[in-house]
Amino acid sequence: MTRALQGIRILEFGGYAAGPHIGKMLANFGATVVHVESRARPDGFRLQYPPYKDGKPGLERSGCFAFFNDSKLGVTLDVKNPRGLELARRLVARCDVLVENMRPGVIARMGLGYESLKKDNPRLVMLSTCNMGQTGPRADTPGFGSQLTALAGMCHLTGEPGGPPMLLYGPYIDFIASTLGAAAVLAALERRHASGEGAYIDISQYESGLMFLAGELLEYHTAGKIAERAGNRDPEAVLHGVYRCAGGTWIALSCWSEDECRRLEALVQPKSVDDWLAERSAEAAAQMLQAAGVHAHPVESVADLFGDPQLAARAQWQGKVHPVIGAHSYCGPPFILSETPGEVTKAAPMLGADNEAVFRGLLGLSAEEYAAYDAAGAFA
Amino acid sequence: MLGACRIVDASGRLGWLAGRLLADLGARVVKIEAPGADISSPQWRALNINKRLVRLELDARKLEELACECDILIATPEPGTSEIALFDYARLRAKNPALVLTVITPFGLTGPKAGWRATDLEIMAAGGAMSLAGEPGGTPLRVSAPQAYAWAGAQAAVGALIALHHRRNTGRGQRVDVSAQAAVITSLAHAPPFVEIAGITPTRAGAFMTGRSVAGARFRVFWPCRDGYLNFILYGGVAGRRTNEQLVAWMRSRGVALGPLATQDWTKWDPTVATQGEVDALEAPIARFFSKVSKAEFLEGAHRREMLGYPVATVADIAADPQLAARGFWQDLGSERHCGVFAVIDGKRPPLVPAG
Repeated sequence: MTRALQGIRILEFGGYAAGPHIGKMLANFGATVVHVESRARPDGFRLQYPPYKDGKPGLERSGCFAFFNDSKLGVTLDVKNPRGLELARRLVARCDVLVENMRPGVIARMGLGYESLKKDNPRLVMLSTCNMGQTGPRADTPGFGSQLTALAGMCHLTGEPGGPPMLLYGPYIDFIASTLGAAAVLAALERRHASGEGAYIDISQYESGLMFLAGELLEYHTAGKIAERAGNRDPEAVLHGVYRCAGGTWIALSCWSEDECRRLEALVQPKSVDDWLAERSAEAAAQMLQAAGVHAHPVESVADLFGDPQLAARAQWQGKVHPVIGAHSYCGPPFILSETPGEVTKAAPMLGADNEAVFRGLLGLSAEEYAAYDAAGAFA
Repeated sequence: MLGACRIVDASGRLGWLAGRLLADLGARVVKIEAPGADISSPQWRALNINKRLVRLELDARKLEELACECDILIATPEPGTSEIALFDYARLRAKNPALVLTVITPFGLTGPKAGWRATDLEIMAAGGAMSLAGEPGGTPLRVSAPQAYAWAGAQAAVGALIALHHRRNTGRGQRVDVSAQAAVITSLAHAPPFVEIAGITPTRAGAFMTGRSVAGARFRVFWPCRDGYLNFILYGGVAGRRTNEQLVAWMRSRGVALGPLATQDWTKWDPTVATQGEVDALEAPIARFFSKVSKAEFLEGAHRREMLGYPVATVADIAADPQLAARGFWQDLGSERHCGVFAVIDGKRPPLVPAG
């Protein structure tokens, strides 16, 4: 079957989530994505964050790294070695897209800046993503996405009024930026098809996150209203909240008209909504509420997602066998293309596992050339 | 970049951001609204900027005409209603085989919950996000500004462009069936692999960070400051060490009583083995210092010292941030100030155009 992005070659320099998640999304639709690391500096997700297979940290044991790098090829290159840098540049010349998520200026100092690379490959689409963007007075700010989510307003808007702000899980904002970044890369490829021009895309993870609060920001700018955290309340709903159900489960429930409230009351009467819900599981309650035409869904735990029949029916979790981690699930795309559906094609790569396939196969080095680069330490 | 792409956006709130992002990337987007539909909300105005407004009561015939005149059609039919049939792909494809039909629904068009009703609250619950926000053991929380619609819209934009790429190579359109529930899973970051690989179900941690210390210590994340809250965490490692050393130097320069911080050797400090007593003792003087610092002062001071940490910003703080102004993020159209195009392309931020 033809894959939607078949023939598109993407190189990734960097690590963690913000860069590699872009490549993962596109790899699931057939792009050839090469994740570049070095033995001296492997992707930070390999060693710095759990979960690990059997709880033991190790380069090939990280579930965190695996989750954002399925369906890719993995290579090692020491770009501080002149022969490694030479190979990196040769590889870029054969690729359509380069994605990097280092601090501004770092990749240029490595010898892989856009202005320099486009001389060899004017059709190159390069995307840089970082906390603040490539320019501005705080461009050089180091930072974690988990903290940037606070600067971008989301934490202030999570929690009960009068209580403290709340955390969102992990580097929430990184995934907004990676999703928007993937769209920008695809748009640049469209332009390139029409004009032959490459592009340099500067993504600020902060600015990307603000697109998810665009309405609240406009309301502040036009009416001076400062959006505040409101627990689970919604100003437009008649009823809107999360309730305890039997067995320690929770249900999200909302009514948006008096009619919908009447349907809810007819279902639960003569009991109160709280008492009716407390007598049954969230799943059983949601089935009955939906059948009665009321908005409802159980609050799913992360573990629940793996047993969710709706997600299963849409092949959301796709199992692959990793050489060290063993059989485990990867997340498929959140949309189904009718002609060319996405697919997790293989487990995440071991460090440098595809050096031969990429440098001999894709780049076309002879066995002698490959051996010479290897002897010179290019693949360290 | 998408200047040749014509889009008809017949979406409700679940899809507004999809069209906005594609418009920001250069597509010509026509937003369809029924005559008399209210378009005055800040949400509508913010997410439908950069599109041309056409007032039209959509019926099957008009939709087929529109489908013939565009490359991408974005729709958000209400599950369980006749709207699903209105956007039937087989019928529209018969009129335009190159059409990319992007349909966004809470759970997708297939599967046992395809007909279920859901708004932001239920979608955030169904996608696992609410289980990860709130006090430990307390009520699961959503973000008070709806996020599920944005996750669905952003993913829909990606899906539509992948289908457009395929069409360029084959001439054939296809249907992009977006599940908002699945789109929210993207926001869970690295929580899912904990379940199978570690046998752990990640859960909400309130305003503290847990799970870092084998001694069970929890670390403060949100600190009251003079005019709100700061986000700061006592990290270990190289970045944490620098941050902690810089913070102590900052406190010393202000003459703050340092307590145990005065003698703390950060090169030897390991949060993974810290006890709660140790953490509390270190955090107490920091809390006293932060209570007298403003958010703006912290943002500037932490940046100057290359420290990790940010203020917990409100929309007012964000609006006043010089970083965003310097990059030309805001764009004024008439009397309104909008978030500009999300990407800077070839050194320039493309301008927005007013809704016509």
